[in-house]
Amino acid sequence: MSMRSVVPFGPQHPVLPEPIHLDLVLEDEKVVEAVPSIGFVHRGLEKLVEKKDFNEYVYVAERICGICSFMHGMGYCEAVEHIMDIELPPRAKFLRTIWCEMSRIHSHLLWLGLLADAFGFESLFMQSWRLREKVLDMFEASTGGRVIFSVNKIGGQRKDVDNDMLHDFLRHFDEMEQELKTLSKTFLNDYAVCSRLKDVGFLTKEQAVELGAVGPFMRASGVALDNRKLGYAAYPEIEFEPITSNVGDCYARCDVRIREIFQSFDIIRQAVGKIPDGEVSVPVKGFPKGEHFMRVEQPRGEAIYYVKANGTKNLDRVRVRTPTFANLPGMLETLKGCQLADVPILILTIDPCISCTER
Amino acid sequence: MEQQNIIGIDPRSLVPEAMKLKTEGYRLVQICATKAGEEYELTYSFGKEYEFLCLRYNVPNGGEITSISNIFAPAFLYENEIHDLFGIKVNLLTLDYKGNLYRLEHKTPFH
Amino acid sequence: MLSVSKSPWLLHYDGSSCNGCDIEVLACLTPLYDVERFGVINTGNPKHADIFLITGGINAQNKPVVEEIYSQMPNPKVVVAVGICACNGGIFKECYNILGGVDTTIPVDIYVPGCAARPEAIIDGVVKAVALLDEKRKQMKLESSKEKGA
Repeated sequence: MSMRSVVPFGPQHPVLPEPIHLDLVLEDEKVVEAVPSIGFVHRGLEKLVEKKDFNEYVYVAERICGICSFMHGMGYCEAVEHIMDIELPPRAKFLRTIWCEMSRIHSHLLWLGLLADAFGFESLFMQSWRLREKVLDMFEASTGGRVIFSVNKIGGQRKDVDNDMLHDFLRHFDEMEQELKTLSKTFLNDYAVCSRLKDVGFLTKEQAVELGAVGPFMRASGVALDNRKLGYAAYPEIEFEPITSNVGDCYARCDVRIREIFQSFDIIRQAVGKIPDGEVSVPVKGFPKGEHFMRVEQPRGEAIYYVKANGTKNLDRVRVRTPTFANLPGMLETLKGCQLADVPILILTIDPCISCTER
Repeated sequence: MEQQNIIGIDPRSLVPEAMKLKTEGYRLVQICATKAGEEYELTYSFGKEYEFLCLRYNVPNGGEITSISNIFAPAFLYENEIHDLFGIKVNLLTLDYKGNLYRLEHKTPFH
Repeated sequence: MLSVSKSPWLLHYDGSSCNGCDIEVLACLTPLYDVERFGVINTGNPKHADIFLITGGINAQNKPVVEEIYSQMPNPKVVVAVGICACNGGIFKECYNILGGVDTTIPVDIYVPGCAARPEAIIDGVVKAVALLDEKRKQMKLESSKEKGA
């Protein structure tokens, strides 16, 4: 007869940089059920639209989460631009694409580091974060910020980046690519790493669709969906294919994310090659009226920005559905039947971003 | 750019409509509540590949809605959130947090 | 005798920040900024920690958690509020679920403003915390010797 017990996990836990709480129902060492309780980071910033006007709200949208801050700002701006029928100048679109991909590189490297930390490979954690600092340096050179950039505004970008700097970035990315190749060998081939990641936490293709998983978590289970294909920013002019894997375990998720970093290098190269000269913003007149659902692909997956405007300076409603919120049911499913010791790794492989989730 | 496909429905036909979409292979993308005057406007978004479809209906203040968490499992999180933030009662939830998903100082801030 | 400070251990907790300051706190611990050169190590256990780095404002749900962690830390201890949200609520001050800065709940010794706080500023805050820790330790010794004397 196995013994049933409930182990509380979090909110303060060594592997979690952010607070989430799970009640793990165990049978001996095996997890039978996991019940999440969220809300530790809930601020209620969706309601701030009543106090800030629609231009000011860009700053709030960027602070939904510090890791995907650029894309939160961009997604909100694109939604409002759709309502107001604003056509961006092409240079602004390409700049958005380049910064989006830089955000993806920095976010995935951050995740690789946290994953290494979760299975106790300290030096791999340090190496990933050392590599990540190079992207942050480029962000600082081009936007002025390391984490929160505030370069998006409704109608374009606040700053332009000159072409010399962009070509300079390409050289840095070439160096980074070489270093990442060395680093990825350890993640993908090292015996100890593989033994922690392989055959752990399976999610089948059917489950991924049924549970509404998004992003690399879904693509690692074989669903080839990538919202960048919807054609926001300059993505219609970029050639790329969604990266997938058919395995669906933790190793596949790590593999998909590493290949996405290489893909991002490639997208940036294409974008820098094609970027036209010209203005980076258009003047915006009047107030928005109408509603729009904007879907963008964040490093963690699909994010949805719903904006409803009533023709005054304050919006009626902004609602953000973030990727981690959609991935929680899938994560709870993978937790069923796993060993207690694997729980931190399983939680990390969905790349949880709690402050996104709870807003 | 993609079209925004929003279909107005009768609140009673939500469950059959959701069943139909489920059999056609759609996934639940999100559920969103918005305050519209004295009523609440509920928008259910579904996706299949890159397709995007919304069902919409209104509930009066103090009204109740039926959960679709039996059909689309992830709905329980959205519906608990709507209950906690808007104070709309949701019936037949698979996992009911009973107002404890977000433990707020002021209950139902969007009410 | 040389004056040597003890190596302090950090505990980091995310109140209700946007994550920006959290990743900057972690960036401090990794190669480019590397607070480990001051002997600082990040720990997950409040009972091992001397310095409590807290990011983000306080809301109704995380208030008891922050109080609990603070009470578990042994004396002497120093609290560093990282980022403007931890100082006074920042951009989220007007949100319905934010009670205010960390000092609404536990005593804060050092404030590091910024959105997000830069790693240089965080390191400066930690170094100040180390000095304050020494002072508090001295004070504790003085008090205990007084008690013994009496």
